[in-house]
Amino acid sequence: MNKLMSFAPDYVRYIIKGSTKFYAWMAFLAFLSSIALYGFYLQNTEGLIVTGLTSQIHEGLYFANLVFLVGVAAGAVTIVFPAYVYHHKAMHEVTVLGEMLAITAVIMVMLFVFAHMGRPDRLWHMLPFIGIYNMPGSMLAWDVLVLNGYLLLNLICGFYYLYTKYTGGEVNRKFFMPLVYTSIVWALSIHTVTAFLISTLPARPMWFHSMMPIRFIMTAFAAGPCLIILIFMIIRKNTRMWIQDEAINLLSVIITWCLGIALFLTLSEIVVELYARTEHANGLYYLMFGLHDLTRLVPWFWGSLIAMLVAFAMFLIPSVRTNYKLLPVACVLGFGGIWVEKGMGLVVPGFIPTPIGEVTEYYPTLIEIMMSIGLWAMGFFILTILLKGAIGILVGDVRFKSAAQATSNDVANSGGIAAHGPT
Amino acid sequence: MLGVSSLMGAGALMAQSDNAQAAAEWAEHFQGNYRLMSPQEKAEARARLERRYSAEYGKKVTVDGTEAQPGVLMGYALNVRKCIGCRRCVKACVEENNQSRGEKPGERIEWIQVLRMERGEFSKDKMNQGYPEGLGIQVGGNAYTPAGQVLEGQYHYEPKAVPEKEATYMPIACMQCEKPPCVKVCPVRTTYREADGPVVIDYNWCIGCRMCMSACPYWARRINLTNPVLPNEAMNPVTHYLGNRPRMRGVVEKCHWCLQRTRKGRYPACVEVCPVGARKFGNLLDPESEVSLILARKNVFRLKAELNTFPKFFYFYD
Repeated sequence: MNKLMSFAPDYVRYIIKGSTKFYAWMAFLAFLSSIALYGFYLQNTEGLIVTGLTSQIHEGLYFANLVFLVGVAAGAVTIVFPAYVYHHKAMHEVTVLGEMLAITAVIMVMLFVFAHMGRPDRLWHMLPFIGIYNMPGSMLAWDVLVLNGYLLLNLICGFYYLYTKYTGGEVNRKFFMPLVYTSIVWALSIHTVTAFLISTLPARPMWFHSMMPIRFIMTAFAAGPCLIILIFMIIRKNTRMWIQDEAINLLSVIITWCLGIALFLTLSEIVVELYARTEHANGLYYLMFGLHDLTRLVPWFWGSLIAMLVAFAMFLIPSVRTNYKLLPVACVLGFGGIWVEKGMGLVVPGFIPTPIGEVTEYYPTLIEIMMSIGLWAMGFFILTILLKGAIGILVGDVRFKSAAQATSNDVANSGGIAAHGPT
Repeated sequence: MLGVSSLMGAGALMAQSDNAQAAAEWAEHFQGNYRLMSPQEKAEARARLERRYSAEYGKKVTVDGTEAQPGVLMGYALNVRKCIGCRRCVKACVEENNQSRGEKPGERIEWIQVLRMERGEFSKDKMNQGYPEGLGIQVGGNAYTPAGQVLEGQYHYEPKAVPEKEATYMPIACMQCEKPPCVKVCPVRTTYREADGPVVIDYNWCIGCRMCMSACPYWARRINLTNPVLPNEAMNPVTHYLGNRPRMRGVVEKCHWCLQRTRKGRYPACVEVCPVGARKFGNLLDPESEVSLILARKNVFRLKAELNTFPKFFYFYD
């Protein structure tokens, strides 16, 4: 109990102390976040009319980011899985960082849910017992269940591990391992259910196919590790924590496989849809070539496809993917490409044309864009805090000091002051 | 629902306001799902709304709560051959059902679309053009930008007179499906099928997630992007809780076959206004009703029947 009581203050004390660079970074993120808060205020006074959403295209940037970030959350399993199933040593050392990323990504998903809803003040209607929770009918209800479960699992696994490191004790494997294995399977479930959210709607032919879940998982296991590698590079540069090359190299290999399969699935879809070219392919056709002179998403589609292909080629060549100067470039290309393909590139064309054949376009407003940036900033704010705390514990900066140690230190310190005092 | 009324009471107390409107609004935040309320709670909820609406629109507004009558299953039939595309139904619907009617595109809501289809798409002079290019696009203003309308038809059309020689018309609205995809996806069961057939929405329970809009294959649902623009003088004060009562920002709405009328034995506004009698409405359980006779004798079809939504809105031609 004593240990637990000192964990929180020690952890917080470590987090809030930092260099000027750290404070500047956090202030920058806080500034962007405050813009998002203003956008949120506008949306809940004026309504969603301040966004570019319409009754024709009623999901846009928010839903796209939401879908993508569920993938990032699931992507954290690319660290946990090799660490615990294949006992990869280098990965094992950094597992908790992956869990911190998963926690952040799920929180970001929830922020985007709030941004997306027409009546966030009524969210309590979804709570079981005091509201109505439409199980098992509603896929959205399933999504809420799996996302909250995943958040809980990662909070428990992540912080329990950090706590044992902090106290210098051993992990209770009987308690810990079942949770870890559950979280691995659960990671698959969050993205599967998110895919089902849109792939179970026959009204939207662009989404209505059974390939959606595996495509979601493949893109997630490519985009997630891309972000993780970038974060690892930043950690290696800016902290005393050293992440081993083997961990990064394994992630690169995972990305290679998953990005390759994702591209294969994308190309399969294009062949199937465009070979027959029924009206059901209109959404994809709009995305690739435009429909009736409306071509807003065309450059985005080809841009993202090229980015992903280049990234794949870079990952495929061992000398490139182990070159840590080029690797971040490949990661940025992969991450960006998938963000476009799976976000806007998947969500928006689902509404074009509408079920009655109306072709309209989506123009996100400045408020919507600023709000999305702000919510990402909030995410990075949380991520920075969580990673800083975790790294502090992993490198031993934050450690439990027994009462005796603490007092002797205090005495030493006060002695020092006392010694200096009179002079 | 446990303690909903006590919560509402507490809400009113917490508001500490003599202003009935503010207290009513405050209590509205805590009310449960209409379908699950006790008769007394339903009456309280309606009375609260009546007070609020009457104050808001400066006239006596009634919020009816007539329940589904046993032995009634509403059905609708539309004669596609008779429709002349005048769109009086669209206008009558907006006036009856208190839709938002502002100037900005996001503030305009219509539940009925009359799709204008080009006649003679397969005529001889068009046969040798290969793939139809553009398929008779007209630029129609949609939301924030000009928008095209293709293939199935066009509902932004401005002819000098109707019917046009070169066009046929296909009105659509909510199909009141027997297996509604929108009901299945709703995470809070705010939209549900009533015992007499129509699919309704408890606007006070809707969280605005728009899953139902994604699920609807007929594009029948609309989101209130902002506070509905409804001038006092234009507001229809005869309302039903599940029907045409004024909606609020951020919730979804759609056609409900004018519950405020049909539960009182009247026709929906669109049926009443149709100058050519293309629209028929009645009780499917009564073998002698007009709709039943049409289903028995005419060539009848449903829209997108392959999706197994089983609409109670039928099309027919003589």
